[in-house]
Amino acid sequence: MQTGRALPLSVAETGELLEAGDYVSDTALATAVFLSLKLGRPLFLEGEAGVGKTEIAKVLAEVLGRRLIRLQCYEGLDVASAVYEWNYARQMIEIRLAEASGGADRERLGRDLFGPDFLIERPLLQALRGGEGGPPVLLIDELDRTDEPFEAYLLEVLSDFQVTVPEIGPIRAAAPPAVVITSNRTREIHDALKRRCFYHWVGYPDARRELDILGRKAPTAPGALSRQVVGYVQKVRELDLFKLPGIAETIDWVHALMQLDAVALDPAMVNDTLGVLLKYQDDIARLQGSEAERILNEVRAELTAAGAA
Amino acid sequence: MNSGRLPENIMHFARVLRTAGLPVGPDQVLKAIEAASAVDIADRAQFYWALHAALVNRRGQRELFDQAFHVFWRNPRLLERMMSLVIPTSSVDTGPEEAEPLARRLAEALTPAGTAPNEREGDEEVEIRAELTWSDREVLRAMDFETMSLAEQEAAKRAMAKMRLPLRPVPARRFRLHPRGRRPDLRATLRGAMRTGGDFVALRRRRRLRRPPPLVVICDISGSMARYSRMLLHFMHAVTNDRDRVHCFLFGTRLTNVTRQLRQKDVDTALAGVAEAVEDWSGGTRIGASLRTFNRLWSRRVLGQGAVALLISDGLDRDSGEGLAPEIERLHKSCRRLVWLNPLLRYDAYEPRTRGAAALMPHVDEFRPAHNLDSLADLAAALGREPARRQEGVSEWLTRL
Repeated sequence: MQTGRALPLSVAETGELLEAGDYVSDTALATAVFLSLKLGRPLFLEGEAGVGKTEIAKVLAEVLGRRLIRLQCYEGLDVASAVYEWNYARQMIEIRLAEASGGADRERLGRDLFGPDFLIERPLLQALRGGEGGPPVLLIDELDRTDEPFEAYLLEVLSDFQVTVPEIGPIRAAAPPAVVITSNRTREIHDALKRRCFYHWVGYPDARRELDILGRKAPTAPGALSRQVVGYVQKVRELDLFKLPGIAETIDWVHALMQLDAVALDPAMVNDTLGVLLKYQDDIARLQGSEAERILNEVRAELTAAGAA
Repeated sequence: MNSGRLPENIMHFARVLRTAGLPVGPDQVLKAIEAASAVDIADRAQFYWALHAALVNRRGQRELFDQAFHVFWRNPRLLERMMSLVIPTSSVDTGPEEAEPLARRLAEALTPAGTAPNEREGDEEVEIRAELTWSDREVLRAMDFETMSLAEQEAAKRAMAKMRLPLRPVPARRFRLHPRGRRPDLRATLRGAMRTGGDFVALRRRRRLRRPPPLVVICDISGSMARYSRMLLHFMHAVTNDRDRVHCFLFGTRLTNVTRQLRQKDVDTALAGVAEAVEDWSGGTRIGASLRTFNRLWSRRVLGQGAVALLISDGLDRDSGEGLAPEIERLHKSCRRLVWLNPLLRYDAYEPRTRGAAALMPHVDEFRPAHNLDSLADLAAALGREPARRQEGVSEWLTRL
């Protein structure tokens, strides 16, 4: 098995590694990622929507040269769609063939029907199988969307990195995958699961980091526009809104403004594109008009002051 | 670095966190030691975040961890002294409180019912007690919580402890083997076929599981609700301990989440915990501000998966309904069903005329009384039935506005 990039040896190196994948992290996040990789425990990321939780797993897989296996969680997620399923159609055909050839030997048929050939592997089992460049990165996305029974099942998988298929027996990972679990906190994940992981709360970035992110995600945006947008979004996050804009919204907004050929923010433009930034009508109604303009004036004044200084 | 002392110190640090209320288990301590030895501990930031990643489980624990870290890793002795100063006083404070309900229950258990001395009873209660002798259950059921004597309250609390709130189960997205299910269960079918060697394949079926939706109770504990809210807390305790996915909030001038306290099996311990957590008993009411807090901090965390919300309030608002309408609208839109329980509905001539009530009315799906045991039993029955369309339960009330 050909191995991908070696694991980072220090927190600083982890930060650099993430940065090589265009992910701007801080010490807190780099430490959590480093520990999770080094000690082989899952990384549990919680935070508001659009702050870059999922992105961490994608970047990790990319920079480490490993395969990314994603398990998107939803209510009712079960073993058949998360771990493995038998290929029923093929099993039926096999039975018919055995009948037709007259060699329907019960024991042999049973052994064949429930052998590895008929097994369809789903993400969790695939993650245990390993792959090119070393053990894969397993992303268990939005765990809060599933129900408690699945969480309990996951507990078993994540503690031993082992899955038991009754007909075959236990399947164990040769090398444990790097696991990243994300949650939007639409419900609390049980402490028993969190306990096994390294926890990190992904917050909103400060202005400097957000500008850095924007520079990587929207490199063609004019510098003045990016600075204004970041200043504006930072101000909006100080307001008492129902849903604050995440980094994803900031990036979307810059792209939207670029499509409109904007080189700087102006009140009319802000009003027209608020829907990109805010996703609740109450919030939009609150900001639209004079409030939006007030913030813009503040941002402009601050940027001018910073430029003059 | 004298690494020999480090594991020991981390263990002491974990013990401090545990005393401060963070649920830190021994395996987390081991995890923390492992983490600390993996990073460069000469770098304070790295050391801090390594311990943080290992020992903190929720966003809310961060502040406590932060304070403990800075105090402990500067001077462990100082912290110990501080803890020793805090612990004895707090145990003296809680001592009598905990002893009191236990002592009362012990006394009750030792003396036969009816002979228990009750100094606080006046002439009025004697009359009611005469009624209680022939059918105390019946009378009790229809009696207003507000007019109950202490003994009757105790009886009502016992009745309430047996109450259940069977919410109508909604289809979940899971399946279970069922002989009359609609969908074929291929896995079970083929496993069954293996038994006969494939000669005979009996089709197994499965059907959708049903489970009750989550329940969120938001209860008003202001002065005007005082008598009811204390009784309703017993009801909330019974419901919380009956099943999973129940969340309880109390509000007067500010919102408090008391789910964790009410999970205690013992009702007295649970209510003592609630009393400690809540700071605005029997004060004013700020429904709008409290609901706003709920919407911002909690609604997305507890109203997922089609939750049913119970709002218990008399609709009397100190802020006279200011800012209430948009918040109740947001709450209404975030849950499967919003039921408003109002003890004032015991008066036949009740009209939702106050500003607060008028703001609440257009955004609830059902409007029910909650002033005696019967009304709570009715509520249980109503929530167990096939629900009417949204707001059908209040159409009559809306015409009166």
